Amino acid sequence: MAFESLQPKLLLLAAALLALFTMAAYTVYFERRISAWIQNRIGPNRVGPFGLLQPLADVLKLLFKEDIAPAAADRLLHRLAPMISVTAAVATIGVLPFAHNLILADVNIGILYILAITSLNVYGITLSGWASNSKYALLGGLRSSAQLISYEIAMGLAVLSVVVQSESLMTSQIVEAQAEIWNVLRNPLGFLIFLITAFAETNRLPFDLPEAEQELVAGYHTEYSSMKFGMFYVAEYMNVVLSSAVITTLFFGGYLVPFGHLFMSDLPAWARTGLEVLSFFGKTGFFVFVFIWVRWTIPRFKYNQLMRLGWVYLFPLAVLNLVLVALARMLF
Amino acid sequence: MQVVLFGICALLAIVGAVGVITARNPVYSALFLVLNFFSLAGLYLSLEAQFLAVTQVIVYAGAIVVLFLFVIMLLNLRPEDLPRFRLDRTGPLVVLLSLGLLLGVGMGIWSLLGASFPQDPQAQAVGTVESLGRALFGRYLVGFEVVAVLLLVAMIGSVMLAKRRFQ
Amino acid sequence: MLEAYLPICLLLLVALGVAALMAGISEWIGPRRPNPRKLIPYESGMDPVGTARERYSVQFYLIAMLFIVFDVEVVLLYPWAVQVVELGWPVFWAVVLFLVVVMIGDWYCYKKGVFDWDREARQPRPPSEALSQEKALPVRETVET
Repeated sequence: MAFESLQPKLLLLAAALLALFTMAAYTVYFERRISAWIQNRIGPNRVGPFGLLQPLADVLKLLFKEDIAPAAADRLLHRLAPMISVTAAVATIGVLPFAHNLILADVNIGILYILAITSLNVYGITLSGWASNSKYALLGGLRSSAQLISYEIAMGLAVLSVVVQSESLMTSQIVEAQAEIWNVLRNPLGFLIFLITAFAETNRLPFDLPEAEQELVAGYHTEYSSMKFGMFYVAEYMNVVLSSAVITTLFFGGYLVPFGHLFMSDLPAWARTGLEVLSFFGKTGFFVFVFIWVRWTIPRFKYNQLMRLGWVYLFPLAVLNLVLVALARMLF
Repeated sequence: MQVVLFGICALLAIVGAVGVITARNPVYSALFLVLNFFSLAGLYLSLEAQFLAVTQVIVYAGAIVVLFLFVIMLLNLRPEDLPRFRLDRTGPLVVLLSLGLLLGVGMGIWSLLGASFPQDPQAQAVGTVESLGRALFGRYLVGFEVVAVLLLVAMIGSVMLAKRRFQ
Repeated sequence: MLEAYLPICLLLLVALGVAALMAGISEWIGPRRPNPRKLIPYESGMDPVGTARERYSVQFYLIAMLFIVFDVEVVLLYPWAVQVVELGWPVFWAVVLFLVVVMIGDWYCYKKGVFDWDREARQPRPPSEALSQEKALPVRETVET
């Protein structure tokens, strides 16, 4: 590939990275504001207008804190674990279509790439728990990794049902296949399963057992401080943003503008792309809100309930849904 | 492009493989194994086998090494318990065998040097999910069903073994 | 084909770079005032007893094992999913049969209590045992059913 044709990709890469970090930082801010609103409090409002500079202040504060690793910890792995978490989160943006033809790498196996990267999240969590050599961290890490792998199966099956409908693994094709009707309407059960597993994969309430404060202090990142703690935090919020983006892509028509076929063809190309990007980020933003909303509404599961939900209910349900979707596909 | 990818991935695969056997801490061995599997995925990619490459990451790096890590943690090996890596009486034999293997592979490569491999125009189409599916659900459909039973047996076996420990 | 993956390679490198930068900055900027108390694992103010790296329940190991099996089964279905209609009815029924076998496996594990993480809590203790707590803990029972 000639270097000139790589330049737009580089620009897109920079823009996507910037957008991801900004969105993750502001998801933290909005989480605090919305939780305050739900609980009838005020929330952060001191730093800048409406507290909008709060994320910046948080980052600066974290940077100037002491970075502590327990004496008995495995220093190298202790350092590596948050790096794996952040890398796995950032790497997901590679195959997300932001608009028509606006995608970093529209590869043949796009959606599988996302699943593969997601499956690497386990390492960041398991290793941080093991490397810390602390009981809370280890138990949290172990619980979390068992939880992640338990819900990955149902997630894979939900993705599979979408693939059956769009007949392609390319993310751009999955979006284009929803031009007539969004997948959420054709495959509501699959959407529900994917949403639940997405909550579990991001370790968010009601599935935040790995960091259940009352039992495990902070779970796998108990022994992390300074920016390394911040890295786990950033990775968690990036995963919230990215899961929302994947939900949008798979079930809510991705960048497709609702009723776009009525007026999109009359617009100039730049306006079309702009609208599509807006539509993509708008839908993603909505699901970020859903993530926050659910966290402050639903209490935490117990571990036995979590395991039963994953293996005994969600997994067979996802298999059934796959068969039904395929049957519908064969008949109509 | 293909050659560059092959070179980098092959080098990383060797680094990973050597790391697996020389690392003293088994957790590091498992991580080197992940590096090795990633490089193998890269090698598959250089052969245009995209589906195989991503499956390699999902199944091997995402599932099997996780199990290895769990087992390593379950066994709770301390570095003190592990034997040091050193050459003892079997050392000369090991060196001899390795050299012999190296020689054999080297001779194989030497004999192929200069031979030309015309690129198969079909190669790009073979590595796709679609062609894989046509083969798997055509000629090998029986095998596909047998795999289900085989995996069921594996599952029952692992449950039985794990449960027996408690008795 | 390979060119399409170039941006992904770049992305992976950039992602690793960003992560390393964040970890590096963290160690570089902050103050460094370690003391022995600060460097022991956090256990809510208690002095830690023993090491954290103890053996755990075999159940975690089982879950990882089952995950591999089911993961392989899901991956096998992708080549079918992209061409359900082209492959036709015979393959559809073959896949249904495959999924039935998969579900038998799940059902077996369920019956064996692999997904049952509160078995001990639900079993009522005999009164004599409940009184003498000092007695050695009873050996965990295998799963009947």
